[in-house]
Amino acid sequence: MGLVDFFKKLEPDKKKRPLLHTLYDGFFTFLFVPNHRAGQASHVHDHVDLKRTMIMVVLALVPLYLFGMYNVGHQHYLALGQYSDPTEAVGAKLLYGALRVLPMYIVAMVVGLGIEFYFASKKGHAIEEGYLVTGALIPLIMPPTVPLWILAVAVALAVIFGKEAFGGTGMNVVNIALLARVIVFFAYPQTISGDAVWVAGVDGYSGATPLALATQGWDQVTQKFSTEQMWWGLIPGSVGETCKPLILLGALFLLLTRIASWRIMLGGLLGLVFMGLLFNAWGATAFMRVPWYYHLYMGSFLFAIAFMATDPVTAASTNRGKWIYGFLVGLFGLLIRVFNPAYPEGWMLAILLMNVFAPLIDYTVLQANMKKRLKRA
Amino acid sequence: MIPAFLSIHLPMTLTPVFGLIFPTLSYIILGLLALMSLLYVLSFLMRKRPPVKKDLKDVIVLKKGYDIPIKGAPAGDVQDVKVTRFAIQPKNFRYIFPIPKLTVAVGDQVQAGDVLFFDRDRPDIKFVSPVSGTVEEILRGAKRSISEVVIRADETQHYRALDVVPETAERARLVAFLAEAGVWPMINQRPYDVIPDFDKVPRDIFISTFDTAPLAPDGAKLVEGREAAFQKGLDILARLTSGSVHLGLDGRKDIHPAFANAKGVKKHYFSGFHPAGNVGIHIHHIAPIRGGEDVVWTLGVQEVITIGTLFTEGKFDATRIVAIGGNREASPRYVRTFQGAHIGELLGYSPAHDVRVISGDVLTGERKTEDEFLNYFDDQISVIDEGDYYEMFGWLLPSRKVPTVSYTYKEGLFPSGKPMDIDANTHGEKRAFVMTGEYERMLPMDLFPQHLMKAILVADYERMEALGIHELSEEDIALCEFACTSKQPLQQILRQGLSEMMSE
Repeated sequence: MGLVDFFKKLEPDKKKRPLLHTLYDGFFTFLFVPNHRAGQASHVHDHVDLKRTMIMVVLALVPLYLFGMYNVGHQHYLALGQYSDPTEAVGAKLLYGALRVLPMYIVAMVVGLGIEFYFASKKGHAIEEGYLVTGALIPLIMPPTVPLWILAVAVALAVIFGKEAFGGTGMNVVNIALLARVIVFFAYPQTISGDAVWVAGVDGYSGATPLALATQGWDQVTQKFSTEQMWWGLIPGSVGETCKPLILLGALFLLLTRIASWRIMLGGLLGLVFMGLLFNAWGATAFMRVPWYYHLYMGSFLFAIAFMATDPVTAASTNRGKWIYGFLVGLFGLLIRVFNPAYPEGWMLAILLMNVFAPLIDYTVLQANMKKRLKRA
Repeated sequence: MIPAFLSIHLPMTLTPVFGLIFPTLSYIILGLLALMSLLYVLSFLMRKRPPVKKDLKDVIVLKKGYDIPIKGAPAGDVQDVKVTRFAIQPKNFRYIFPIPKLTVAVGDQVQAGDVLFFDRDRPDIKFVSPVSGTVEEILRGAKRSISEVVIRADETQHYRALDVVPETAERARLVAFLAEAGVWPMINQRPYDVIPDFDKVPRDIFISTFDTAPLAPDGAKLVEGREAAFQKGLDILARLTSGSVHLGLDGRKDIHPAFANAKGVKKHYFSGFHPAGNVGIHIHHIAPIRGGEDVVWTLGVQEVITIGTLFTEGKFDATRIVAIGGNREASPRYVRTFQGAHIGELLGYSPAHDVRVISGDVLTGERKTEDEFLNYFDDQISVIDEGDYYEMFGWLLPSRKVPTVSYTYKEGLFPSGKPMDIDANTHGEKRAFVMTGEYERMLPMDLFPQHLMKAILVADYERMEALGIHELSEEDIALCEFACTSKQPLQQILRQGLSEMMSE
C-alpha cells in the first residue's frame, strides 16, 4: 500500500486548484481503482467499469495504428518511386509514418483531453473515459496529410459543440470522431477530398484511391490495384481504414467482448448488400455496375461499421432499433458513395445522419412496447 | 519537413528479414482471425443454459440473468440458536407514518402476537411482537422517528390468545382478523411494494417458492415440518382474492412435495438464473400488472406459514428459518429463530472490521452492524468482504478471479461457475449511462430498463407508466445494478420513480 499513500500525499486541494485536482484524479484512478464501496444495495458490483470498456476499444485499434504508420510510409516511398516492394525499407517506412501519425494522435489527445479536463474541473466531476476512444479514432479517419492546426480546430469544435454542449460523455447526439471529420470536410474540403491528399510528403503527387477510380468502373480499379493489395491495405487512404484483416480482427474482438453490437454490424452488412444488389440490377452508371462484394474492399465501410456505427452512445439503444439503424447505415452509406460525385465515400455522412435518427428509431421501437402494455390496461 | 537521412539505404539490409516476416505475419493475422471467430462462436455455444427437470412440461425457461457465484452457500440441517433480543423496525415498511403510535412502553411484558404499535394513518394495521418477553428499548432515529422496538425474549414462549375466526367466514371478517392478529404487514401489495389497502381486493396473489438470489435459503428448508401450515395459509389466501393464488415453482430440480402437491393454487414452473425466482418476474410472465390500480399481493413462503399457523394452531408464530452465508462466514448454515433477530447473537461472533454484514441478500439487502436486527422480511444474512482497498490497474488486470457478466473477462466469456470471493467495492466510479446491452441481458422481462431509468430521471410520468414501472420492484433490477458498467444506482432511481408515481 506504500505506493497508494505516496500518490495520496501528492493530491492537490480540490477547492483551491480544481483543474490540477481533476488532472490528478484522472491519473490516480487510472493507476488505482479507488476504494469506493457500495453505501446501500446493491452491495456487490461487477468488476467491469467504463475505463475497461473504453480501453478494450483502444486495444482493438492498436494494430490499425501500427499498420497505418507503416502504410503512410509505404505510400510515401511508393510515390517517390522508391522501395516499391512492401518488404523493403520497413524501418524507414514505419519511422516516416510514425512521424506523420503520432503528431496527429498527440494533437487529437492534447486538444480533446484538455477540453475534457477543463469541463470536468468546472463541473466538479471526474473525467469520463469516452474521449480515450474518440481521440484514438480521429487520426485513423483522417488523411495522412491533414494539417495539424486544422485537426486541432476540428477536434476542439467537435468536442465543445458536439459533446460538452450536450452534457459530456454519454449525452452526445452524434459521434464525436465523425463530427471532427465532417468539420474538416465542410470547412477545409481540399484537405480531405480529391486525389492529392492521400499520400503524405510528396508535393504534386496525385494518388487516386480505389473509390475515385471506381466511378469509371471496376476495371479501372483493378488496373491500378490488385484485390490482394486492397485486402491487405497497401493502398492510399485514411490512416486506419485500409487494412481489412486488421479491421476485421478488431471488429471480432469487439464482438467477442460484446462491446460492439453484432446487430448493428450485421444490419449494416445487410444494408450494403441490399443496396449493392439493387445497384447491380439497375446498372445505370459504371459505378453502379461494380459488383456489390467489391464495395467491401474499397473505402472504409468495414472500419465505419465496426468502430463508428457501433458507438453505444450515439447508436440506437434498443435491440430491434439496432437492426434498423445498422441496416440504414449500410443502405444510405452506399447510396451516398455511388451517387455523390464530389466525394466518393458515404459512411461518415450516413452514420451522422443515422445518429440523428437513432432516437426516432428507438422511439418507434419503444412505442410498440408501450402500446402492448397499454393495451393490457 | 521530413529529414533527408531517412532516405538512406540502411534499412535495405533488413529487407530479406522482412521478406520472411511479412508472409508469416499475414498468416498470423489470418490465424488470429480464425481463432477469434472460433472463440466468438464458442462463446455462444458454450453459454450456460438453465437446466430443466426431466418430464416436466410447461416450464417457463428464462435465459437471461446470472447466478453470482459466491463462496459460502448455506448448507446442512437447520440448527436451533439461542437469540435473546428481537426487534420490529417501523422503517422496514414503506410509506407508513414515520412515528407510529406505540401501545407499549419500556419494561412492559408482551406475548408473541401482542400489538407493539400501529400506523397513525391506518390504525387498523397493527404491528405485533414476534416473541414473548419484555420491551427492553425503544430506539429512535432521525426526527424522533422510531427505528426499533426491542424485545428481550422469555425462556419459554407464550402466545397471545387469539379469537380465531373460522376460515369459511366472509372476506371482511377474515381481513379484520388478519389485521388484528398482526400478519397484515406480512403481505406485500404490488405495485409499489406497500402494506395492502383494506379496501382493495387483490386481482391475484403470487407466491414464489424458490429464491434464486445469491446465497438464498433453499425453499425446502423453509417449509420442512411446516407443510400443513403452508397449505392452510394458501387456503386462507385463496379466500382473499378475486382471482387465484399463483405458486411459482422451481423447474430446475426436484422440489419439496409441500410445493409440488399444493392444492387450490395455480402452479407455474420456472427455470433460469437469478432473477428467475423473483416473484416480480413470475407476475410478468403469468399475468402482468397493468397499472397503478391493478393490485396484486405477493408473499414469501415463511409469511404464508405464519398466516397458516394462525388457523392450524391458533397462535401467532413468527418462527423464521434464516440462512447465514457468504465468503467471510466460516460456517455457512441454516438457523431457526424468530422474525427480527439480533444479528450479533444470530452470528454468534463479532464480525471483523473488514467484513460487511448484510440483512438480506447481497443485491438487495441492508448493511447492518452486529448490534442491529434482521429486517422484517429477511430470511438470510450475507457476510462478505468490505472491499476497502485500492487495486492497482484493477480495471485492466484484476488481482484475482472475479464474478462477472462482462465478456471482457475470461470468466464472463466462459463462466466456470465456481464459487468466488466477493466484496462491496464498486470496482470503478459512477459514470454517465454508456450501456452495451448488459441491462437487457440481466432482466428476463419484455421491458426496456435503460429507457425506463432515463424516463424516471427526467420525471416523465406517462413514459414511466408506459415503459412498465409498475411491473418492477427493486429486487428485479438489482442484478442490472450489479452488471452496470457505469455504476448507476438503479434500485434507488427505481424507488424514486415509484414514489413519484404513487404521489401522482
